[in-house]
Amino acid sequence: MKADEEAQDQAASIAEVREAVKRFAAPEGGIVTALDGVSLKVRPSEFVTLLGPSGCGKTTLLRAISGFEELDAGEVRIAGAPMTGVPPHRRPVNTVFQNYALFPHLSVGDNVGYGLDVAGVPRAERNTRVGETLERIGLDGYERRRPDQLSGGQRQRVALARAIINQPKLLLLDEPLSALDRNLRKAMQLELKNLQHDLGICFVFVTHDQEEALTMSDRVAVLNAGRIEQVAAPETHYHRPATRFVAEFIGDGALFSGRVEGPAKDPVLVTADGLRFAVASGTPAGQEATLLLRPEHLEAAPKSPRASHGVIEARLEQSVFLGALHQFVCRLANGATIIAAPTGAGAGNLSEVAIGDSIRLAYRRDQPHLIPEVGDGA
Amino acid sequence: MARRGDTRRLAFLLGPASLFLGVFFIGPLAVMVVYSFLEPGLYGGVEWNFYHWNYGRILGWADGEWEEFDAVYAQIFLRSARLALTNVAITLIICYPAAIWVSGLSARWRTMVVFLITLPFFVSLVVRLFAWVLILRPSGFLNSSLMGLGLISEPIDIIFTETAVLIGMAYILLPFMFLPLYASIEKLDRSLVEASSDLGASPLQTFFRVTLPLTLPGIAAGSVLVFIPSLGNFIVPDILGGAKVLMIGNLVEQQFLSARNWPFGSALSVMIMAVMFVLIVLYLRSMGRQEARQ
Ligand SMILES: Nc1ncnc2c1ncn2[C@@H]1O[C@H](COP(=O)(O)OP(=O)(O)OP(=O)(O)O)[C@@H](O)[C@H]1O
Ligand SMILES: [Mg+2]
Repeated sequence: MKADEEAQDQAASIAEVREAVKRFAAPEGGIVTALDGVSLKVRPSEFVTLLGPSGCGKTTLLRAISGFEELDAGEVRIAGAPMTGVPPHRRPVNTVFQNYALFPHLSVGDNVGYGLDVAGVPRAERNTRVGETLERIGLDGYERRRPDQLSGGQRQRVALARAIINQPKLLLLDEPLSALDRNLRKAMQLELKNLQHDLGICFVFVTHDQEEALTMSDRVAVLNAGRIEQVAAPETHYHRPATRFVAEFIGDGALFSGRVEGPAKDPVLVTADGLRFAVASGTPAGQEATLLLRPEHLEAAPKSPRASHGVIEARLEQSVFLGALHQFVCRLANGATIIAAPTGAGAGNLSEVAIGDSIRLAYRRDQPHLIPEVGDGA
Repeated sequence: MARRGDTRRLAFLLGPASLFLGVFFIGPLAVMVVYSFLEPGLYGGVEWNFYHWNYGRILGWADGEWEEFDAVYAQIFLRSARLALTNVAITLIICYPAAIWVSGLSARWRTMVVFLITLPFFVSLVVRLFAWVLILRPSGFLNSSLMGLGLISEPIDIIFTETAVLIGMAYILLPFMFLPLYASIEKLDRSLVEASSDLGASPLQTFFRVTLPLTLPGIAAGSVLVFIPSLGNFIVPDILGGAKVLMIGNLVEQQFLSARNWPFGSALSVMIMAVMFVLIVLYLRSMGRQEARQ
């Protein structure tokens, strides 16, 4: 049953990275492990995002797929074919480079037609396809411009057009939007997403902007120090992060580590400094775990809270009005800050509290996610 | 619009250099151009008469009395141009791969190689050329090695041939090709090469479509820097070409030093300079266009 599923998955994956390891000799001596056993599958017409802090190995993983870095261990497969030893120009993938890497000596038309020219596509067909591609990305009529006569956003589009004209199985994009200003970025995010949908090509997209990752992707792979922490849909990352790192990296929230105690009906997470948090009933006692409290989980506690709720004693430090949202920054007994952003009536109750006053916050005990602590060895 | 203070500061900064160039460069140049239109004196020196026959001897008109047109000057001129062009080709073919290789080395090795390339300048040119005489002569290192290996049975004639002159000129002018080439290859954005490869271009296609066009400025600079000294060179043909390979530089040297015909020597020099001038203008114009494009 399990093997069956795996075989099916195998056939369906456009690209697969297995146990990839890549080490670099750092110029200042020593060895950097950029990829430390990364495995990832990209399914047909999927938009996968690699998300992680700077230096976690995102670019290295992309370059391993496109063939510019050779792996020290593990392998890359594209459409089922092993890519070990296959040079970049023979791989059915194309890349949108972070700095665009447009050829400065060629016109926009020749940049876009480059892939067709080197493949020896007949002139007439080449010209129609260049025209179509430029039209698709909204740059028709720009054929004869040179890259330096374009704005940043237009260059971005040319880089995109150049990469999709070969109709690759997989398009790799390394922080393609990072050089654009905020508004343009938003517009391009939508456009990229639409383009991906229309073309039906798989996108592997690199970013270190979590918002970008969450809005655009079918699945997000969170990387940390050369390892994949979790690969999942954006909602899963937000609501049920697999590790503390993912929980900290994606979204706002407060994290409390401790041990679960008490009866199965009323389990409580007790932290090292004695704070107690009610957790979902049925959580087995004795478990080491981390509780993730998102701002929207918290609201003002009623006079007599129900058993289905957990209560937190805190002091109101600051109240931040954000338009649609009202955030209350509170401090707990152990000095940790926690942010509450209640929706609906809960916000009204909280805004009556004066700054510096003590405050009682409540949350539904089954709402916050509990991340089970995994031993280092596992 | 330049402000008053700027102008004054510019004058102050550029003044000494302009003065130096004016006195020691433009001055002699003007003297030479003037001399090239004067009549040679019977025992050296010049007569102050306008005299265009100096150019006539080279380019094809004669006064029918004293000065005769002789095609040999044009032939020597053409030979010099041919040798200089060949030398450009040789140095280019040697230096391009070398520069690509060096640009891929680590920073420390790159500095080291650039230092090594300039190292020969520490030794006198004449000494270095005589070393080549020792290598190339019939009983020299090259012939004895080849004979020792049994590849040839008799010494081959290399010294005092065009080949020897080409070897010597390539040898002394290699750094002038290497350095500008290296500078432009080093400057080449690696991600462009990767982008080309990513789009399906083979290494050869990438070379001809991306690397070569983008390093053209370095090739042009190196070619001009090698061509000009090659064209006017007289030391290398003197030492390695013997009396057999006469280049335009030798001719000028002879006119000034042995024939003592300064006006004719000046006319020859002016011809060389005219060729170089045209070349440099072409070079600057093409660079200007390149810049406007980038
Ligand atoms: N050619 C190289 N030589 C040595 N170390 C390298 C090389 N390329 C990458 N590294 C190292 O490998 C690690 C991962 O680099 P990578 O470029 O993949 O990070 P990244 O996730 O793309 O970061 P960023 O978001 O800043 O682009 C870093 O520690 C980096 O210093
Ligand atoms: Mg990167």
